[in-house]
Amino acid sequence: MRVLREWMHRLLGTLRRGRSDADLQEELRLHMELAAEEAKRRGEPVRAARLHSGGAVQAMDAIRDQRGWPWLQSVFSDVVFAFRQLSKHRTATAAAVLSLGLAVGATTAAFRLVNAVLWRTLPVAEPERLFVLGWNAVTSQGETEYRDELDYITFRRYAAIAGRQAELMVIGMTGRAQVIEFDSGPTERAIRQYLSGNVFPALGLQPSLGRLLTRSDDVTPGGHPVAVISDNYWTRRFARDPGVIGKTFRLGPQSFEIVGVAPRGFTGTEPGRLTDVFIPATMNVRALESPGWSWFRVWVQPRRDVSAEQVRQALQADFVREHQEQAKSFPADTPKERIAAYLGEQLFLAPAGAGASAPQRNLRRPLLILSALVVLVLLVACANVANLLTAQAVARTREMALRVSIGAGRWRLIQLVLVESLLLAICASAAGAVFAWWAAPFVVSLVDLGEPLELVLDTDWRTLAFGLALTMTVTVLFGLAPAIRSSSVTPLGGLKERVDGYSHRRVTRTLVGAQMTFCVFVLFVAGLFVATFSNLTNRPLGFDHERVLLVDAQATQGDKPMTVWLDTATRLGAVTGVESVALANWVPLSQNRWTSVVRVPSRPDAQNPTLVFAVSPGYFETMRVSMVAGRDFRTNDVAPRVDQNKQTTPGVGIVNEAFARALFNGENPVGKTVTLSDSNGNPPFEIVGLVRDSAYYEVREPRRPIVYLPIEAVRQVGTFVLRTTGEPVAVAPAIRVALSQVRSQFRTDVTPYSAMVARQMVLERLLAILSAFFAAIALLLAGIGLYGVLNYAVIQRRHEIGVRMALGARAVHVVRRVTTEMLGPIGVGCVLGLAGGLAFGRLIEKVLFEVKATDPSTIATPLLTLALAAALAALPPAVRAVRIDPAQTLRSE
Amino acid sequence: MANRESKADVLQGTLDLMVLQTLETMGPQHGYAIAARLEQVSGGALQLNMGTLYPGLMRLEQRGLLKGSWGVTESNRKARFYALTAAGRRELAKEKQAWDRMTTIMQALLRGDA
Repeated sequence: MRVLREWMHRLLGTLRRGRSDADLQEELRLHMELAAEEAKRRGEPVRAARLHSGGAVQAMDAIRDQRGWPWLQSVFSDVVFAFRQLSKHRTATAAAVLSLGLAVGATTAAFRLVNAVLWRTLPVAEPERLFVLGWNAVTSQGETEYRDELDYITFRRYAAIAGRQAELMVIGMTGRAQVIEFDSGPTERAIRQYLSGNVFPALGLQPSLGRLLTRSDDVTPGGHPVAVISDNYWTRRFARDPGVIGKTFRLGPQSFEIVGVAPRGFTGTEPGRLTDVFIPATMNVRALESPGWSWFRVWVQPRRDVSAEQVRQALQADFVREHQEQAKSFPADTPKERIAAYLGEQLFLAPAGAGASAPQRNLRRPLLILSALVVLVLLVACANVANLLTAQAVARTREMALRVSIGAGRWRLIQLVLVESLLLAICASAAGAVFAWWAAPFVVSLVDLGEPLELVLDTDWRTLAFGLALTMTVTVLFGLAPAIRSSSVTPLGGLKERVDGYSHRRVTRTLVGAQMTFCVFVLFVAGLFVATFSNLTNRPLGFDHERVLLVDAQATQGDKPMTVWLDTATRLGAVTGVESVALANWVPLSQNRWTSVVRVPSRPDAQNPTLVFAVSPGYFETMRVSMVAGRDFRTNDVAPRVDQNKQTTPGVGIVNEAFARALFNGENPVGKTVTLSDSNGNPPFEIVGLVRDSAYYEVREPRRPIVYLPIEAVRQVGTFVLRTTGEPVAVAPAIRVALSQVRSQFRTDVTPYSAMVARQMVLERLLAILSAFFAAIALLLAGIGLYGVLNYAVIQRRHEIGVRMALGARAVHVVRRVTTEMLGPIGVGCVLGLAGGLAFGRLIEKVLFEVKATDPSTIATPLLTLALAAALAALPPAVRAVRIDPAQTLRSE
Repeated sequence: MANRESKADVLQGTLDLMVLQTLETMGPQHGYAIAARLEQVSGGALQLNMGTLYPGLMRLEQRGLLKGSWGVTESNRKARFYALTAAGRRELAKEKQAWDRMTTIMQALLRGDA
């Protein structure tokens, strides 16, 4: 406590707030006077008294050391000096701060995103005890895929097995925003999440208002019409009105009463989505007894004395048993390896302290790739500043030598240069923070994974610690080399007339080489991503999605007969601006899939898993899928069908060319009859038309066999496809008006098709845009760096150049002398950067599309870009060198 | 010779205690008077130079154990007088006790040794 007080005084003393020197000297003067008098009185010589009380100068030094902190004082004076030094070279400083700021900002923004998506721990008690059940599923293509979606029935079974060993919670997936209505007001959208009643208690959460859901809110199916809203939603929608408790809303066919508000900061368990409304899982009545209704994640909180592995083993046994059961119902001709792979699937408990969500999974790889790129950009920027400081250190050799000769120690000099670096780094970090503050939300806005990405981008301790660590690292990265250089100055060498400019060239060359390496690497990788995106964008989809408006519709109550659907279609077709209209169960790229095995009855070996669409007449015309042979559907066409008594009704179908290739060796299949497999039987259908291939599930996949069947029968959901004469967005309002007339029948959602297609490539787009942006920055910084180095070399060697020119050297030779020195490092950098890029290209092969890292054009583009940039950067210094006037340089000597 | 030895013999940390005790016995004093008193008490064995005394006084003042203020001496000279604060008095009592305990232990130990 006392010591703390002393420190505070000394700190104040350091800041010139203690007693003044004059005051102290006055005190010492009195001491000496009294001592002298005493000596006189005793008859001793005054000199003895002086000796006795010690020297005043030494005493003053000792007092000053006690008054403040000598070291801190030296830091202060270094800061002042560094500030003067930096403001003396204003342009260089500004360039350093800006380039470094840009890089630091990009790094910070990347960190904020990575933190928000992957690392931010949920604000719950003991997040380290939370796990999510997942397993490594093997797809039909033989690839391993992480899966974590389970149905409610499985959850209940697992909960019974885990028993008292662990708390098992079920948390619904948020999915799309739901339509929600307050007091028959206009419809709104909100994100809903089903939770089992033990979630809030197990996570140790306390309500902001009212109460949270408890175990007793989650007992009777459909019997608990209560909801808790998030603090965020309470703020956004209700302006934190306490009267929100007791309000009711409609969600689907059910009504709910709001009973409480979740604690601030708890926004659900899915990073990337902010949940608005929490509802007891048992209110999802349809899900409770439906096998395969896999819209839940199962969360596990093992009891304190039980390990996660113990829980896993208990559940794994049931998982295996269930798989063996399932495998029995596989078709007899399923390959053995498939079955073995299926039975080999393992259940595991993934740590979920940071939540679990699809965006988290999908963004992990792109975010980490981008982070790697951003770090390289940062290194390029650091190399720039290091070059700048090294050059300045050379210019300051004499100053340093002077400092050494009047007694400055090695550490003192290192401190001096590091303080200057730190000052630069702090300015750059401030600039970077501003940039990151803007950039992180901007990047988020680029990511639209079906639903907008919503992130908690708050400034937590991680972000602050990262910022601090980054500033320090950067300081050391670019400041240490010049600092050590400066400190090794010898007074004799440094004070000699001419400053030796050659010794620092090795450092500079290394730095330029490193810069080029990173720059080529980033350029190369960016090239891969841009090519991937452009290949995907330009890949023919097999249909024309421009000027198409999609109306997703869901029947309000139960299923609707086909006539109602077709009536609505006719109504929409009558809207001005609509050219044609069709109905389908869903459209390509909408992330829905229906697969069935089609067989040719006459040839038992001819069978193929085929994708199925149900479409109305006019679909092909509206989608601009060209008809190769045969005809479109007619209104009286029916789909093949099996009823419960296994009575089959034949129908008709239209197939694509991939289907014809797979089952008919590419011959025209029109007129042939094939069968569709169904759990109850194999109804036959006649192929009446052949159309061109088109995409089904995603843009990347190869074109697969597709069967189109007539859309019919009663159904609950469907999509109207509208081709518009003008911009689809312009027609949308009129469509909404037309839809309001069928509001009692359908809930609808209107989107342009192009938006859905763009969403398919959102990650590729993100990677392409950001990597191109980073490449541009890296190129710019490397260019500036090269320019700086060459320019400095010319200035330093103007004497030598002047002499050479006076002796008759030609301009070309002079330029060559100046620039060739850097060709080595650039060449080495290119080779290393390319090697790294090629290795990295293999690593990220999965993310790429129809791009080969080894393509000549892929390799040549970054090199040519860099060569161009290098040439541009070298031009001004070269001109400067040529313009040197020998007479003038020699005169100035 | 004896001089130099005695200077080195000022035990680390005992200066504070000595200064505080001096001020306790004599009331507020200026620096020279404290030094003179210590020299006198020690029979000339303890001679503090300014470079030891004044930083020490400043440290005690920074810790809030002393309070310094300018005043006038009997010989009508301007001098900085140091007085014990309440905290200084408490600290002195505590240190004295500790010192007593220490000397008892040391004595017992040394006597036992001998």
